[in-house]
Amino acid sequence: MDPLSDLIAPHVVIVAGKGGVGKTTVTAGLASAAASRGERVLVVELDGKPNLAEWLEGVDGVEVMAISAAEALDEYLRDQGFARIARRLSSTGVIDVVGTAAPGIDDLVVLGRIKQLERSGDYDLIVVDGPAAGHALTMLTAASGLGDSVDSGPVRAQADDVLALLGDPQRCQVVLVTIPETTPVNEIIETAYEIEDRVGVQLGPVVVNLTEPAVLEADISDDRPVGAAWTAAIAAALDDGRISTDEAAALAAAAEFTAARAEMQRRELARLRDRLALPLVVLPAVAGVDGDHITGLADHLMGAYLHGGLPSDG
Amino acid sequence: MADTATAPETALVGTLADVSVVICCGSGGVGKTTIAAALGREAARRGRSVVVVTIDPARRLADALGLTEGLTSTPQRVPTGPGELWAMMLDADEMFRTVINEHAGDADQAERILANRFARSLSGSLSGTQEYMATEALYRLHDDERFDLVVVDTPPSRQALDFLEAPGVLTRFLDHRVFRLLMMPTRRGLRVINTAAQPVLRAIGRVVGSDVLADAVAFFQAFSGMEGGFRDRARAVDELLRARSTAFVLVAAPRPDTVGEGVWFAEQLHRHGLSVAATIINRAQPVFGDGTTADAIAGRERARDDAGLVAAWEQLIAARRCVDTEVAEVEPLAAAVSQAVWVTVPLLADDVHDAVGLDAVGAALMASPDAHDH
Repeated sequence: MDPLSDLIAPHVVIVAGKGGVGKTTVTAGLASAAASRGERVLVVELDGKPNLAEWLEGVDGVEVMAISAAEALDEYLRDQGFARIARRLSSTGVIDVVGTAAPGIDDLVVLGRIKQLERSGDYDLIVVDGPAAGHALTMLTAASGLGDSVDSGPVRAQADDVLALLGDPQRCQVVLVTIPETTPVNEIIETAYEIEDRVGVQLGPVVVNLTEPAVLEADISDDRPVGAAWTAAIAAALDDGRISTDEAAALAAAAEFTAARAEMQRRELARLRDRLALPLVVLPAVAGVDGDHITGLADHLMGAYLHGGLPSDG
Repeated sequence: MADTATAPETALVGTLADVSVVICCGSGGVGKTTIAAALGREAARRGRSVVVVTIDPARRLADALGLTEGLTSTPQRVPTGPGELWAMMLDADEMFRTVINEHAGDADQAERILANRFARSLSGSLSGTQEYMATEALYRLHDDERFDLVVVDTPPSRQALDFLEAPGVLTRFLDHRVFRLLMMPTRRGLRVINTAAQPVLRAIGRVVGSDVLADAVAFFQAFSGMEGGFRDRARAVDELLRARSTAFVLVAAPRPDTVGEGVWFAEQLHRHGLSVAATIINRAQPVFGDGTTADAIAGRERARDDAGLVAAWEQLIAARRCVDTEVAEVEPLAAAVSQAVWVTVPLLADDVHDAVGLDAVGAALMASPDAHDH
């Protein structure tokens, strides 16, 4: 019943989710939580956003590395003995040509670089802040796609190595991040099925971010309406003059809104649980992102699975 | 939401009435597609003939617009009035084929390009191609007599400005040194390129395989003679993007990451001699009542041991704290776009996946009381 141990069980954890769900925040939380257990953690960011390094500055045991497709391809070509060519390639932007000639080669060399880092033995855990959900699937299928179209040579060898990494649940898993709302839940269910069908990589627990506190604390199987006690108390207090009409209106509006969102989130969490049969880890919204907030998230990740959120056979 | 229906209409109504192109930009996950659809719907309600182009294939948008069969790559009429609303989804591959067919000297050249494996993967893998196809669609729809307003939602790029540079993607690609290397032998009149003679090509070939390289070479050869047409079109599209009748609408969520990107985007637009016409803060925490956070904290103290009432005050305190945080967080963006129309769209109890949700967003867009003094 310890979500963190399950989340970081393999050496490489690829965090994926749509923009706006807090994927990068969750990546930072995972890294920080793992480091607090004494693991040597490497965080890999692929989107060229500098936030991660800033948020994780000063967290002991965590190193942040940015890997760009262009740099990885450049390095790959150097490793293949094309040092001078690689220099010319990047300086003329011919990488676009190579990338188009062999679609997915940019994604493949990035995964290849991650595989290399895993094999180096320098880290106990590598957390990858993956690309947004749609592109994540493209990236993860790059190895099998290229492997099919290139029969031999270094690209084929690289594709085989990456497929071996992705296919081994001891070495790698994907952690999907979503938020408890209708469309994001639909999309993550679809993504999860596609990743399982087309990539064959193991899916870890699903992290549900930005959950209302009222939902976090309750059992989602509990079907009593959220906030009924609030509404009754507001009415009683208005009746005996302890609050003004304006105050009662503001309180009722806040209570109604919070309850409606909590109901919606509870409904979506239950749907997610029923459709995916994967354990769910729920996280609250964090007010900001800095060292303290990341530590707060890490505490939640080390806490417990969602009450009533485990599949019945789990 | 009930309050907003009676509030005075914002300057956004004026923006929508004056322009012929609206480009919705912002980082991923801020609700650009929903805002684009709601803007289109509101403009149609005010009598304009609008087409909304989306990049997002999400089923929910089709549902929300009442398109039961889903969005297609040609505009479909959506029932609304008194103007007209049409909606379509960009199919980048199809647009690429259309563009090639149009620019090719003859059917034979078009066929040679489109049959090429390298060409087929171009629209999916060359970065910026999706944006390029979106600007192509925008240009065509702008020319289409059925519409007097085109609303486009931009792809979730890593670089918000990719859209502005998109028209030149293919011409820049054709300008590559490798392209010139590949074209050289044809200029000399040789039919077969000796790839082994070019160290760069030899290297590429050893990495990706010689078949793949042969496809690339054939692709560039097939393109011969089409560069001029592409260059002219790129210039025309670029002019449309820079026209006074084109409005950039920046969509942001009240969070530090998207605000930061919004500020950067506004600065880049300025550097290009353009500006943000309107900023929309989407999914903002709703404001409940006139009081402050301190008032709510005092209220909780007064509630003493009434646990239910204390809990109710807690909800209000949390909501107001959230508003306070968000107002502070969007401040840098407000400063960066000081001349722009500023609209706040509140977070709804559920996400927008039906007509009711789209109406609520539209009402907030058109009537949101200005939270900032712009």
